[in-house]
Amino acid sequence: MKNNERARLLDEIRAIEFMTIELNLYLDTHPDDQKALNDYNSYTKQLMALKDEYQRRYGPLSNFGTAVSEYPWAWINEPWPWELD
Amino acid sequence: MWIYEKKLEYPVRIKNPNPKMAKLIITQYGGPDGELAASLRYLSQRYIMPIPEAKGLLTDIGTEELAHFEIVGTMVYQLMKGASPEEIKAAGAADYFVDHGRGVYPQSAAGNPFTAAYIQSKGDPVTDLYENLAAEQKARSTYEYLIRTADGADVIEPLQFLREREVVHFQRFGEALMKVQEYLESKKYF
Ligand SMILES: [Fe+2]
Repeated sequence: MKNNERARLLDEIRAIEFMTIELNLYLDTHPDDQKALNDYNSYTKQLMALKDEYQRRYGPLSNFGTAVSEYPWAWINEPWPWELD
Repeated sequence: MWIYEKKLEYPVRIKNPNPKMAKLIITQYGGPDGELAASLRYLSQRYIMPIPEAKGLLTDIGTEELAHFEIVGTMVYQLMKGASPEEIKAAGAADYFVDHGRGVYPQSAAGNPFTAAYIQSKGDPVTDLYENLAAEQKARSTYEYLIRTADGADVIEPLQFLREREVVHFQRFGEALMKVQEYLESKKYF
């Protein structure tokens, strides 16, 4: 099902994004840790690629000029994050 | 500024309504040790932090807490959704229902509305970081109490995720406190 595929891709994005959040907070207090920084950059590149793929298929993940929209304005498409899909 | 991302940091897929649990979990939405208080606390304190590490950390944890605020709001919404007034009454949540229906309102489990009196922004970076260490522990305890009263993986798993984040935040605030203290000490001698 198309919807399941969307949720699966979102779960994949969340998993990679979690690594970037963890590393981001760690780097805030360890800015000289080169290995953590390399990991952060590598996960960030993966995350950007996954988000691009998601947005091409399912519409914008972010607003205010961070992603283009198809016609009609796709930002308001359901489901919103609090809705079960 | 902030940019919204149209997804949760951790997924919430609750299968059955449970107004009793909603009324307890709401405390992490608008209660004394909840996510709104956490976010507001860190985002307000960050202005006077003396070192870049602490400015960055308070901005980033304050932002992550907003994502947690959304996870908790989603849990409350899904736990109330589809519950009949009879079920809500039987669950002991009729008091919440008459004030807010099935809406999500920032209050504590005991029904106290959110207040900025839950937080402090003291203008002293050491004092503020000590407050944050305590705040993270209080939030961890609250999640542990909630996990003990909850059943079903669909409710417990997001609570466990949120509990673990408090542990990480505590760790990072401890590191920031040490760096701020080192910085303040070094300024004394030079
Ligand atoms: Fe936290």
